[in-house]
Amino acid sequence: MKILVMIKQVPDTATQVKIGPDGKAIDTAGITWIVSPYDEYALEEGLRIKEKRGQGEVVAVALGPDRVKEALRSCLAMGADRAIHLNDPAWEQADTLMTARALAAVIKQEAPALALFGRQAIDDDMGAVGAAVAELLGWPCASWIMEESVDEAGKAIRVGRQAEGGLELFDLPLPAVVSAQKGLNEPRYPTLKGIMGAKKKEIKNIKAADLGLTAEAPALSVVKLETLPPRPPGRIIPGEAAEAAKELVRALREDAKAI
Amino acid sequence: MAGSFWCLVEDDRQGNPKKVMAEVLGEAGRLASQAGGQAEAVWLTDKATEAGIKQLGQWGAKRVLLLENPAFAPYRGEVWTPVLAELCRKESPQAFFGAVTARQREAMACLAARLGAGLSADSTALGLEDGKLVATRPIYAGKLISKVTWAKTPWLATLRPNVFKPADSQPGAAPSVEKPAVTLPAAVMNLVERREDSSTGLPELAEAEIVVSGGRGLKGPENFVILESLAKAIGAAVGASRAAVDAGWRPHRFQIGQTGRTISPKLYLGFGISGAIQHLAGMRTSKVICAINKDPEAPIFKIADYGIVGDLFEVAPLLEQEFKKMLEK
Repeated sequence: MKILVMIKQVPDTATQVKIGPDGKAIDTAGITWIVSPYDEYALEEGLRIKEKRGQGEVVAVALGPDRVKEALRSCLAMGADRAIHLNDPAWEQADTLMTARALAAVIKQEAPALALFGRQAIDDDMGAVGAAVAELLGWPCASWIMEESVDEAGKAIRVGRQAEGGLELFDLPLPAVVSAQKGLNEPRYPTLKGIMGAKKKEIKNIKAADLGLTAEAPALSVVKLETLPPRPPGRIIPGEAAEAAKELVRALREDAKAI
Repeated sequence: MAGSFWCLVEDDRQGNPKKVMAEVLGEAGRLASQAGGQAEAVWLTDKATEAGIKQLGQWGAKRVLLLENPAFAPYRGEVWTPVLAELCRKESPQAFFGAVTARQREAMACLAARLGAGLSADSTALGLEDGKLVATRPIYAGKLISKVTWAKTPWLATLRPNVFKPADSQPGAAPSVEKPAVTLPAAVMNLVERREDSSTGLPELAEAEIVVSGGRGLKGPENFVILESLAKAIGAAVGASRAAVDAGWRPHRFQIGQTGRTISPKLYLGFGISGAIQHLAGMRTSKVICAINKDPEAPIFKIADYGIVGDLFEVAPLLEQEFKKMLEK
């Protein structure tokens, strides 16, 4: 069974982000990059499916500039068999839709049984690419899954999808698209052997033209980025606990009108 | 019709729109009146109630497109998307808004792909500039704000709950109800079962006006009863930090932060939470933030409106008493 896992390289949460000179993107100098956490859940689940079945192939796929190779390399170190890197200036301004078109085209070429995504990438938090890809492919889609099992024949997947107020269990025929929610698993750390082995694994480069795609105007574009308006300075309420509690409740009602 | 600002109805699965729809319809109504259009509701459900339809009207929906069919529940993208796309093609709405819920985030993403339209997910502000919609979205864990705009209509967006001003209720307003005929697509996804979350008896985290949240400072799962008791007294929901969830003290659905839920209550009270960036990402847009922490250097005090440096085990019960006294008045 072939499984494609789509991953995104994003700035580490703790990293400082600054607005770049054009005011529409961040300055990427000095940023520490990581694989988006939800994508790690997706990759981990892909690896577990393969291990449980005792056979199959897990392919990590990412779109972005040269630096993204590093993220793919860490997926290979975790255990992915090979990687595909969509790297082309045509995708420099890629929005959700353009990204989804590129990924859908690769998935079509590779024809896996399962396409795994993270619930959302923690840079722009749009959380739309997985579902968009499913729609473009015409595959069934379950977002925010907390559990899954693939049937023995590799023809269907049962997923537990997080919904408002509960978990909905669905059967989906394969091929299908699913996106990983936190709680699906605990991703493994790469072993030293994995890291060494990753160096020998293939990262295939793909250009837009290889997929018959060209640059297109984004459907949604950034007008500008802004820093947060500063929050007014807060007030530490002094005094003994009883006194402070009383004053806080008074302030919340009378000054802040929050309750 | 052009000038229609559509709102996808999020309901309680019992035939009533959820509270967040007051906010979505309220925002759609404000923008529509500026654009010379009107707010309308699109409701895909297995069961609508008269009271539910009336409620949508009172929140400002001038027209309700009601699609009632067992196939619409539970939500499946493969059923909803073609139907929503067909409606959009027939009626060319100017905008189509949803709420940030698990299913509406997916539905809007599928619809955007099918229509080749842009989607601004998890928007925290919307405004018309020179006749074009511009959305505000927090990005990079809420460290920056992104302003985005669309190349064409319909402008698709999901709205973060508790951020937009709810519609003023218009008693007696009755919407026109239409039941458009649509082609029901064949479905391949089959529901096996639905497992309900165990009820806490407290409001839902995403919609709650007050949230009480606990972190590592609680020292163990058994101590969440302190926060639950306080929450009960003031009608709050209880959330948790990633540290508390990763320690197994609370299920993941209670996690507030980057890999959990994003909330914007009127009042947020954090107990024993240090305020790591990934936590701030999930609660930074709260209107009033209070922090109770032993450590005066805890980063949460930097964004808190009010802080008490102290032992939460001492302060939380005292706060509960004081709140009760205040609410009894």
